[in-house]
Amino acid sequence: LKLARNPNDPSNSSVSSSESFQVTRRDLMIVGATAIAAHAAPAVALEQPADLTAAQPESFFPTVGFSVNGEPRSLRVDTRMTLLDALREHLHLTGTKKGCDHGQCGACTVMVNGRRINSCLTLAVMHEGDTVTTIEGLGSPANLHPMQAAFIKHDGYQCGYCTPGQICSSVAMLKEVEAGVPSLVTDDLTTPATGSLAEFRERMSGNICRCGAYSNIMEAITEVAERKA
Amino acid sequence: MRPFTYERATTVRAAAIAARMSGAKFIAGGTNLLDLMKLEIEAPTHLIDVNSLALNRIEATEDGGLRIGALVRNTDLAADPTVRKDYPLLSRALLAGASGQLRNKATTAGNLLQRTRCSYFYDPNQPCNKRQPGSGCSATGGYTRSLAVVGGSEACIATHPSDMAVAMRALDAKVETIQSDGSERVIPIADFHRLPGDTPHVETALDADELITAVVLPKPIGGKQVYHKVRDRASYAFALVSVGAIVHPDGTGRVALGGVAPKPWRDEAADAELPRGAKAVTAKLFAHAKPTEENAFKIQLAERTLGAVLADARAEP
Repeated sequence: LKLARNPNDPSNSSVSSSESFQVTRRDLMIVGATAIAAHAAPAVALEQPADLTAAQPESFFPTVGFSVNGEPRSLRVDTRMTLLDALREHLHLTGTKKGCDHGQCGACTVMVNGRRINSCLTLAVMHEGDTVTTIEGLGSPANLHPMQAAFIKHDGYQCGYCTPGQICSSVAMLKEVEAGVPSLVTDDLTTPATGSLAEFRERMSGNICRCGAYSNIMEAITEVAERKA
Repeated sequence: MRPFTYERATTVRAAAIAARMSGAKFIAGGTNLLDLMKLEIEAPTHLIDVNSLALNRIEATEDGGLRIGALVRNTDLAADPTVRKDYPLLSRALLAGASGQLRNKATTAGNLLQRTRCSYFYDPNQPCNKRQPGSGCSATGGYTRSLAVVGGSEACIATHPSDMAVAMRALDAKVETIQSDGSERVIPIADFHRLPGDTPHVETALDADELITAVVLPKPIGGKQVYHKVRDRASYAFALVSVGAIVHPDGTGRVALGGVAPKPWRDEAADAELPRGAKAVTAKLFAHAKPTEENAFKIQLAERTLGAVLADARAEP
């Protein structure tokens, strides 16, 4: 478990044996993420390697600047680093989750320039000048986004792992409906799309919930959509 | 993922020139390429990011058609008012594919260049002639339920996964490209995707230094346009069989199929059978089919799906 901890954290070296048993769920997830990362790329790309990156040529470790939740950020990243890993490992915005890491589950959904995308299937270096909004930028515990509040009210989760992706996806999805973007279940392509349960279900099919909280997720989304209308 | 260098191309010509470098690849949406790079099925040593190029417009052509820039995102193409009105088959096909998140990123050109989802292609531990030329085909004699029933070869029976390409085939789209010497060419969609033969790793007519700049649709041909996709889930799954059809009031029209072949499957001789119904059309389309025990159902499924599509087309105004 020591390996999974932040190597820059001085408290690591003084972890006593009794403390080492106090493993939080977050620690376990970091272990999981590290295991995945170790397979995908050398750890040098994913830790905080100021001294190591300095030795790397710019062509493999370019600098990229984008705004995250309203703050300008500049990062030196391995070209291979996904936006998801940059958010989590460099910027420590761990609200965005890594589920499948292949664009199949939607847990990593964030908004880039207002549009929802899978942050696992895009490279950080490709986002020069972009505006990224993560779950942390939507709201805070003290100032919840209406969709976050609705998910809590309707119990739109069980384990919560897919929830940040579900919320980011649903907020952007309602904007797509508002903008008149059609879906597979839109009957008439010549009139603007409108919201309905069938529409929301189809449009949210890129977000998987293994706990099966779908019906409550739909209740939350429907409430927010109705309030907007 | 293997290490690679990265550049942002600023002109289409510069992008094509950069692609001369051995191991170079274009990246646009990245939704398929990065998936494959993570598995090291694709391992480019240099990526040319083409997202800054001015290829994201949809505009009318002189002869009443539509030029779709290579970088137009699937969401934007499906939502375009002209596409919805004049080429609804294209909107329907796009909306039947992937998820909202993926369609926001995936591009028109990238969609055409998608690689197969054959599970043996995706499994680096298995021989695959497409992934590693000459290594053999694990699908032949393997589990073939989702694989091609027609157009395949001894070397490969992978299907082309795109829904959009099926609509493009029915609409007689043309692919516009530029090469590193500055020459441009127009490739009819029928010739764009290649059948596997004994070189299944060569999937398109493109040269290595050739960049797609646009996909052009001829002027609208009207008719009732239907895309019907049959899959294991109601949403967000690849097709077992899909039918894209354009049917005119006199019963004539066009049919292209997805999920059954290594490329969008259309035969103009089969189109001519449309007035005689689904059975006659599919008999022509599958005349040279070589189904396996596990995927033979696709032929009957295609016939019945086309039958339903034709009934829909006749029933509605």
